[in-house]
Amino acid sequence: MNWHGIGAIYRFEMARWKRTLWQSLITPVITTALYFVVFGTALGSRMSTMDGVSFGSFIVPGLTLLSVFMQSIFNASFGIYFPKFTGTIYELLSAPLSSFEAVLAYVGAAVTKSVLLAAVTLITATLFVHVELDHPLAMIFFLVGISSGFCLFGFAIGIWAKNFEQLQIIPMLFITPLTFLGGAFYSVKTLAEPWRTLTMFNPIVHLISGFRWSFYSVADVPVWSSVAVMLGLNALCLAVIAWMFRTGYRLKQ
Amino acid sequence: MSEPILSIRGLTKEYAGGVKALNAVDLDIRKGEIFALLGPNGAGKTTLINITCGIVSPSGGEILVEGRNWQTAFREARTRIGLVPQELTTDAFETVWSTVSFSRGLFGRPRDPKRIEDLLKRLSLWDKRKSMMMQLSGGMKRRVMIAKALSHDPDILFLDEPSAGVDVELRRDMWEMVRKLRDDGVTIILTTHYIEEAEEMADRVGVISKGQLIAVDDKASLMAKMGKKTLKISLNDPLDTVPDALAQWDVALEDRGNVLCYSFDAHAERTGIASLMSALSASGISYNDLSTHQSSLEDIFVELVHSGGKTL
Repeated sequence: MNWHGIGAIYRFEMARWKRTLWQSLITPVITTALYFVVFGTALGSRMSTMDGVSFGSFIVPGLTLLSVFMQSIFNASFGIYFPKFTGTIYELLSAPLSSFEAVLAYVGAAVTKSVLLAAVTLITATLFVHVELDHPLAMIFFLVGISSGFCLFGFAIGIWAKNFEQLQIIPMLFITPLTFLGGAFYSVKTLAEPWRTLTMFNPIVHLISGFRWSFYSVADVPVWSSVAVMLGLNALCLAVIAWMFRTGYRLKQ
Repeated sequence: MSEPILSIRGLTKEYAGGVKALNAVDLDIRKGEIFALLGPNGAGKTTLINITCGIVSPSGGEILVEGRNWQTAFREARTRIGLVPQELTTDAFETVWSTVSFSRGLFGRPRDPKRIEDLLKRLSLWDKRKSMMMQLSGGMKRRVMIAKALSHDPDILFLDEPSAGVDVELRRDMWEMVRKLRDDGVTIILTTHYIEEAEEMADRVGVISKGQLIAVDDKASLMAKMGKKTLKISLNDPLDTVPDALAQWDVALEDRGNVLCYSFDAHAERTGIASLMSALSASGISYNDLSTHQSSLEDIFVELVHSGGKTL
């Protein structure tokens, strides 16, 4: 293993994150905090509980994950796309670094950023609403696993993208709507058929449900299903990235 | 000849769309030499370098780095190779220090601030170590690219058009640095458009055209084989045509008949100069000046490329 190479990329990515802290940490935290203020504090007191949890508390895991999804994709995709855009990718391709090591470094840094973002967001949430954490180890497991899945997804998007528009299009056009419709603000149990069944095909429902279960022990789907979707997302993205590196897809001529 | 440090066998590259950039190129690079790869734009120089460095996938052939396949033993091969690409591709917001340190780590070397300091001082970059890349001039960026390529102490250094866009002074400095690197045991392969650069520095020269290597030789022997000398005789009275008495020599008239040019092989046993001068006297052609001109590597390069190597 080229640990020095992995470390160099990891430090490089973290340094880039520190340079853009307003954009990559503070802005998403403030945006999410506004949701807590509006839906948690202002409107939450007038709304009924969800699965026995106050509305303000109920939305905390989903909104935290919304931030994590977006930033995981943006951070990981930008990390690999920018060297492609500037041409500095030549150095990565000519380095004694395997594709696994490159992914470990870029995705490792992106996961770190996402976990830090989630931690700051959750701490901020406690300033506005009551947050419980019934299963802390499960929460860490879900947070790292989900972050890793979306960072891998973002990394694949970064390799696939030919321009900055393509870099933004998947998170904005697909991930945000799927998250809003994936139970971030409500329990899918409250939906009427056939929407309730249809919603189950949205993988984000399973991810939010599992993450929320680790906080309040309430879930829309069985916990094993959440774990399976999370592991499946990681496996699928890894397989796609492995294929991209093996064939040199949009990396090598 | 000792075992080549780099051995290229049957290297072929056909890009999507059918453009054949390299056609079964065979090339051995000797340890410790400066090898200049010359060729017109689109000849395949950069493709050859990029395949060797792992940036472009080959369509066929293989490369051995000290006898080991560059793909199966990619870690060893790449650790030993440094590349200064043609384009000034840098991270605009990184400082000189951080980008050079990054390259060292990326190529598997542990952090070594002293080594980076020495390198930056050697390349006259020490004062700029805290500057962001976007604040540097083109010449300075070129130096940083070299520092990045040298940061992991490679045995083989590829310089793809190192003098592109740099001023004369910096070019001279760079030549000096390349010579020093060679003295330190680094094997250097450079591509250049400046034939003067190859003539000045290279031990051996390869000429590539349309994806084929059409000549590889020691610079001195290539110039001896291909080089011609021209004797220019300034006449007192201009001639309209070459007199029949001089037909047996390879002579031509220039400057509206005021100069008689004789091309000869400088390494031939008999150059024919003495007999030509006698023939001139016998024909009553008087002259007031004589000068000789040695063909340069540039002349040879142009002739080779135009003939597709057939003149060798």
